[in-house]
Amino acid sequence: MSYHAIVIGSSAGGLHALKTIITGLDASFNIPVMIVQHMSPQSDNFMSRYLNQLSHLQIKEADEKEPIRQKHVYIAPPNFHLLIEEDKTLSLTVDEKVNYARPSIDVLFESAAYAYGKNLIGIVLTGANSDGSAGLKKIQEAGGLAIIQQPQTAEVSIMPQSAFDACPQAIVLSLEEIASFLNRLNNDTQSVAQPTST
Amino acid sequence: MLASDQPENERIISTQNIEIELLIEAIYQRYGYDFRSYNKAHVKRRILHRVSSLGLNSVSELQHKILHEDDFFDVILKDLSINVTEMYRDPSFYAVMRKEVFPLLKTYPYIKVWHAGCATGEEVYSFAIMLKEEGLLDRAQVYATDFNPLVLEIAKKGIYPVSRIKEYTANYQLAEGHYSFSDYYVARYDSVIFNQDLKKNIVFAEHNLVTDSVFAEVNLIICRNVLIYFNRELQNKVIRLFTESLIKGGYLGLGSKENLMFTDVYEQYTVIDAKEKIYKKKVL
Ligand SMILES: C[S@@+](CC[C@H](N)C(=O)[O-])C[C@H]1O[C@@H](n2cnc3c(N)ncnc32)[C@H](O)[C@@H]1O
Repeated sequence: MSYHAIVIGSSAGGLHALKTIITGLDASFNIPVMIVQHMSPQSDNFMSRYLNQLSHLQIKEADEKEPIRQKHVYIAPPNFHLLIEEDKTLSLTVDEKVNYARPSIDVLFESAAYAYGKNLIGIVLTGANSDGSAGLKKIQEAGGLAIIQQPQTAEVSIMPQSAFDACPQAIVLSLEEIASFLNRLNNDTQSVAQPTST
Repeated sequence: MLASDQPENERIISTQNIEIELLIEAIYQRYGYDFRSYNKAHVKRRILHRVSSLGLNSVSELQHKILHEDDFFDVILKDLSINVTEMYRDPSFYAVMRKEVFPLLKTYPYIKVWHAGCATGEEVYSFAIMLKEEGLLDRAQVYATDFNPLVLEIAKKGIYPVSRIKEYTANYQLAEGHYSFSDYYVARYDSVIFNQDLKKNIVFAEHNLVTDSVFAEVNLIICRNVLIYFNRELQNKVIRLFTESLIKGGYLGLGSKENLMFTDVYEQYTVIDAKEKIYKKKVL
């Protein structure tokens, strides 16, 4: 299976978790990543600047209508929902909060499931609410791959546990395992993408 | 690929997309509201949520309901129009307006201000308070427009839930309001009513940015968090409408994630504040 995009949702404890995953990705990592991390509406773009310094990937706050590119990581801006269009561009909206959150993980995951279908990986990390559960289920239903941070290893286990309850067939891994698993999928995807005429 | 060769899930999605496109076309023909150039992911999300909250089996069933029940269209209009707003959203935008734009507005004997997509009016009252504090309200004509008549009714009343006043007071102060915010409203039970004198020079009117025409000789246009719902082509068209409506040297204020950069009229503006998305139409 070749994967064209990854969506990640995280909440309480998310900065550390995201850092572990992002810095664990290989230099050759190609698959674009879209992230919703819950944060206060007043926050600035600290997180994307911080993670960008630590990674060889381009990490930035998502802009509206931005085309999704390889080797890029896009983070939803505070106070906006992030959606993926079927033409693989990003949209932002100021719709009502969903699960008390804007950006909401479910909103990103649901739109990503429509845009990428079976070529999508969804990942739910640490957090103290249940945002992301419904979205992860949608990803699975569309044939995509669901990954959940092992609740016992999460800083706050409620969100991954809730995702697991909604998607019992999901793959459950620690943060380090998630990074190496993604690296492996990335290599497989690249070898699939290579023409066989060598 | 033949439709019958598609995996089940892809078939459902592509059928849904066809149904949504037909629904949008039906709304346009029946009610005149044109959502054809809105962001598709947004439209899809709102429509599918309505389908599931009503327990319908398909978008086609929703279309039937929309075409045959006129009253029901209000619900769909609300779903698609997103009237979420607040007072002094992004206080720094207001602070920069007050500091960089108002002094120049004061050089005119009479000014016109246009709030396009004003929703339930919180933004309009926020501005009216600032105009008043700067001595501009008496010589201003303010047009506050939206394409959803139901939100305009709320805007006209200027009555909002008291539960949000604490947050709005903090926003007002961050927007460099120097007076007591509570001077501008009266609290009644669980509501606050903004003072009548604030709306003396405000006209609330229906106006659709997609299908209606220009306003004449406006000094300042505020259109925030509306263009993000439009595709690039429609954004461009609406910005052209604004450019035609503004006087030379007039100002345009957009939402924090909106931008003139990708429009054909970019050259016709100077950037007053890049972060706050405040622009000035060039004089020459
Ligand atoms: C998210 S609200 C923004 C309210 C306010 N400007 C703010 O930033 O808080 C968007 C508003 O734009 C209005 N709108 C959407 N499409 C429109 C159109 N074609 N013409 C006029 N208003 C429109 C909606 O009805 C809604 O009230």
